Amino acid sequence: MQFSENWLRTFVNPPLGSEALGHLMTMAGLEVEEAHPVAPPFSGVVVARIIEAEKHPNADKLKLCKVDVGENEPLQIVCGAPNAAVGMKVPCAKVGAVLPGDFAIKAAKLRGVESFGMLCSGRELGLSEDHGGLLALEEDAPVGMDIREWLALDDTCFVIKLTPNRADCLSLTGVAREVAALTGVPLTPAPLKLVPPANDARRDIVLDAPEKCPRYCGRVISGVNAKAPTPNWMKDRLKRSGLRPIHALVDITNYVMLELGQPLHAFDNARLSGAIHVRLPRPGEELRLLNEQNVKPAPDTLLIADEARALALAGIMGGEETGVTIETTEVFLESAFFTPEAITGRARVLGFTSDASHRYERGVDFQLQRPAIERATQLILDICGGVPGPVEEARSDEHLPRREEVALRPARVCQVLGIHLNTEAMRSLLERVHLTVRDLAVELRVAPPAFRFDIETEEDLIEEIARLYGYDNIPSHAPQGNLGMLASTESARTEWDVRHFLAGRGFQEVVNYAFVDSAWERDFCANAAPIRLANPIASQMDVMRSSLIPGLVSNLTTNRKRQQNRVRVFELGRCFTRQEQGQAADGAGEEVPGFHQPRRLAALAAGFALPEQWGESARAVDFFDLKGDLEALFAPRALTFAPPASAAPALHPGRAASVFLEGRNIGVIGELHPVWVQRFELGVAPVVFEVDLDAALSALCPESGEISRMPTVSRDLALLVPASVPAERVLNALREAAPAVVREIVLFDLYQGKGVESGCKSLAFRVSMQDTQRTLEDAEVDEAISGLLQHVERTVGGRLRV
Amino acid sequence: MDNLDQLVTDARAAFAEATAAAALEQAKARFLGKNGLVTEQLKALGGLAPEQKRERGAEVNRVKAAIESALAERREALRDAELSAQLEAEALDVTLPGRGAAPGGLHPVSRTLERIERLFQSIGFVSVDGPEIETDWHNFTALNIPADHPARSMHDTFFLEGRQDVLLRTHTSPVQIRAMLAHVEQTRDCDPMPDLRVIAPGRVYRVDSDATHSPMFHQVEGLWIGERVSFADLKGVVADFLRKFFETDSLQLRFRPSFFPFTEPSAEIDVAFTGGALDGRWLEVAGCGMVHPNVLRFGGVDPERYTGFAFGFGPDRLTMLRYGVDDLRLFFEGDLRFLSQFR
Repeated sequence: MQFSENWLRTFVNPPLGSEALGHLMTMAGLEVEEAHPVAPPFSGVVVARIIEAEKHPNADKLKLCKVDVGENEPLQIVCGAPNAAVGMKVPCAKVGAVLPGDFAIKAAKLRGVESFGMLCSGRELGLSEDHGGLLALEEDAPVGMDIREWLALDDTCFVIKLTPNRADCLSLTGVAREVAALTGVPLTPAPLKLVPPANDARRDIVLDAPEKCPRYCGRVISGVNAKAPTPNWMKDRLKRSGLRPIHALVDITNYVMLELGQPLHAFDNARLSGAIHVRLPRPGEELRLLNEQNVKPAPDTLLIADEARALALAGIMGGEETGVTIETTEVFLESAFFTPEAITGRARVLGFTSDASHRYERGVDFQLQRPAIERATQLILDICGGVPGPVEEARSDEHLPRREEVALRPARVCQVLGIHLNTEAMRSLLERVHLTVRDLAVELRVAPPAFRFDIETEEDLIEEIARLYGYDNIPSHAPQGNLGMLASTESARTEWDVRHFLAGRGFQEVVNYAFVDSAWERDFCANAAPIRLANPIASQMDVMRSSLIPGLVSNLTTNRKRQQNRVRVFELGRCFTRQEQGQAADGAGEEVPGFHQPRRLAALAAGFALPEQWGESARAVDFFDLKGDLEALFAPRALTFAPPASAAPALHPGRAASVFLEGRNIGVIGELHPVWVQRFELGVAPVVFEVDLDAALSALCPESGEISRMPTVSRDLALLVPASVPAERVLNALREAAPAVVREIVLFDLYQGKGVESGCKSLAFRVSMQDTQRTLEDAEVDEAISGLLQHVERTVGGRLRV
Repeated sequence: MDNLDQLVTDARAAFAEATAAAALEQAKARFLGKNGLVTEQLKALGGLAPEQKRERGAEVNRVKAAIESALAERREALRDAELSAQLEAEALDVTLPGRGAAPGGLHPVSRTLERIERLFQSIGFVSVDGPEIETDWHNFTALNIPADHPARSMHDTFFLEGRQDVLLRTHTSPVQIRAMLAHVEQTRDCDPMPDLRVIAPGRVYRVDSDATHSPMFHQVEGLWIGERVSFADLKGVVADFLRKFFETDSLQLRFRPSFFPFTEPSAEIDVAFTGGALDGRWLEVAGCGMVHPNVLRFGGVDPERYTGFAFGFGPDRLTMLRYGVDDLRLFFEGDLRFLSQFR
């Protein structure tokens, strides 16, 4: 909603400056988004008439003008505008004038001729971007009058952002009513008088869908001069409300809509045949609108029709064929009430909105139709002349909205708002905004006026009181509540713990979009049927991700382009997969049936293992670096790793593993598949892991055990095993066979090459033994070691390397 | 006598000459060794009369002790010198950079979310979470947004192909409903129902993309429901939070009447900083209000008995204001040069 401050002040004129007025409206819920002066500051510019315009003696493109500025003598002014012509009225900056940008006008000599002032274009006065020539003023502009006064330039343009519940403020009258209520300054309503019919020209009106249109007023006005110019004051007000003046009949309907809030439509009566019907469309019916759009209205879209055809989309836009033009001599004016339900959403499906539909969707005062048609009639008679017929009103009382009383408990008001306010004060606040209040001692009964569509419950009234009492006046309490402590468990970590841990190990957190390119899902995740968006914002963001890994790979690509070659990133976020009905997820039931949307944690490392530095030889990060990070994240709980059970197309099949925690598969780790390394020109393969966040959040509360005071005995075992045997199998075999005195078995070396027969590898383990009660005998130690050796030999074919 | 004293002087000179342990041992042998000069003097005592022997013996022993002491002194000095030399040789260039891994960091919006969570935890708010593919019912209907509300139109909401009843949540407010339903269930046997205090940070989605709008962004929902929760409490909590978050008491705040279907009365919260690039400008940071009775009912809470407030902050905006970031898109581009500034 946009309007001129001066226009508003014709209805209510509180003793407040523009800024204070804007603040008042904002703090009452009419948020002022913008308030800009209609014109920049300038002075000394008056209306002038050009009385002579000769060619400059020394310049082809300049003119030597004599202009009348209402003083005794005309002024001689040199001017370069191509449109300067005798008789034209233009703005003239006299000597001493200051134009926008602090540009002072002085007497000057131009090409040898004296000039006493400057004739101005719209742009030179900051009124428009037009610099093609002088700003042409109207014929009746009084010579010598200050241009600011003539064009009413000392004005502010307010743009307010109205919330959808405040349809009553979509007019100057509505805003003024609000300002009057807030300031106590009386309201001067728009002049409304009945214009008696001067003939009996009329047109029947039939409400075929009275539940959608319970009131329709129409009036024929004959003998109008549609070519009559719209007065400047009206054009200025329209322009300052963001509407383009078109011609008088259209301007008047727009003006009344802005003034009162009632959308009007003017038909060319000569193009109508028979009675007006307000009805739903017939199958196949089409209509060409004023915006030159051809539409086939949906079956629930209300139409205005005559007996021959559809004329207009009710409450949205008129048709092209029957709209008024400057050739029109007979007008049929429409002023109707359509219910919000009948209009809501209908324009949007056609891809546009209009001032009328915007108002009807939110609610138009259902008692305003007659006053508005009278007001418009008067303006048409004043501007275009003509002879009015009677106002024809079709109405269905049972379908008009009702304004029921709403009960309000004063104690509830105080409790919800946290204020102390007596009943009388509440009553007075409500009455200021034209609500009717009855005091029934235990409660108030409040009835809203016809222009309020947002008061149906007690909360609506509490809000109204809060707004009028002033949000600023509601105290700000330190809240009171139960001081019971929040739980703090050691059997879970927070996601912040996980983030800080990874940050501490050199990873930077990123946040990637949850929608990705369907090609990523297909290539990286073998997901041929991803969850598709019906309305993606871009074709490369058309499906929901089922993995965080592609996003991280994309981060790597982006950063490599920016010469960041060592990249360590992680993300924590949801992934999305379909879930067949009835198929239970791991553990808890899904929050939204049909979708599995676990929170996951993924990390990627690429480039050097360590930042480039002295004293450490540069080495590319590899699988085991990232595995170490992942194991440290879960420590002290042990993860196990096994070749991936199903194909993971993102990863190198020989350098990837499924990750298990307590036997449950919680994710994957591995090197990116060489195909993608090549496709994305990554140089070297990054390593990635992705695990369930919930697994990473589970933790163990530590439990203390006995610390032995006895000495520890260590023995090293170098075992030769077939190269294909996973190290973990050997380690597990050792652990299975280990007697109680074995405290720890650590793999400390892997060797293949000279001295080890081909097809074999040497794994070196350190076995630490200790008893809690006594020093171990050599014989016991020897026996334990040989037990381990025998078991390894039997189970995995390993033997002592000699 | 004289030659005995001379012996001490000689020994001292000889020890001083020795600059290494081995030379000192040789010098020691010359005086104190088996055939050393002092040893000779002691051997010579055997030929003296008992009276003389005692006197001379005491003299020689005094000399021997003096030489031994000189030797110890010299040994000590040599050890000190050796240690100094070693220390000098071992000196490092302490200005060389430290070695090892460098730390990473949290995403700037995560920093903000963590601080928000901590601040609200300090007054008893529990952090909860909700799904991002959400039902239409939770996202709209239960929040008092009727079927024909403009917020439901294709213009704002991401929908999924082939399902009418689900969408990408457009706000974190559906977590209000989930939290209420869960709380009512858990506290079924309590009367009155204990207060519900939760915040719900998370990612939300809208069909919108430019310098100030991202199709995916963050919100933090807050909800407090109890028997005596008022709008004045809402003002207190939000004001306290914003001043603590920005670590300034000079922050100006205003609550401006607004409209949301799920709260009434509703307000938008504007802040203005004193000083800095944004001096005096009102900036919108949150929407809030008293939970609408229909929403309480959908959450299984009796609106006659309990009232509550809810708020929704835009942590992306808070992060931008806090750290001086001027383009929202930077948060979602994964550019390490940008992100690594927040370590």
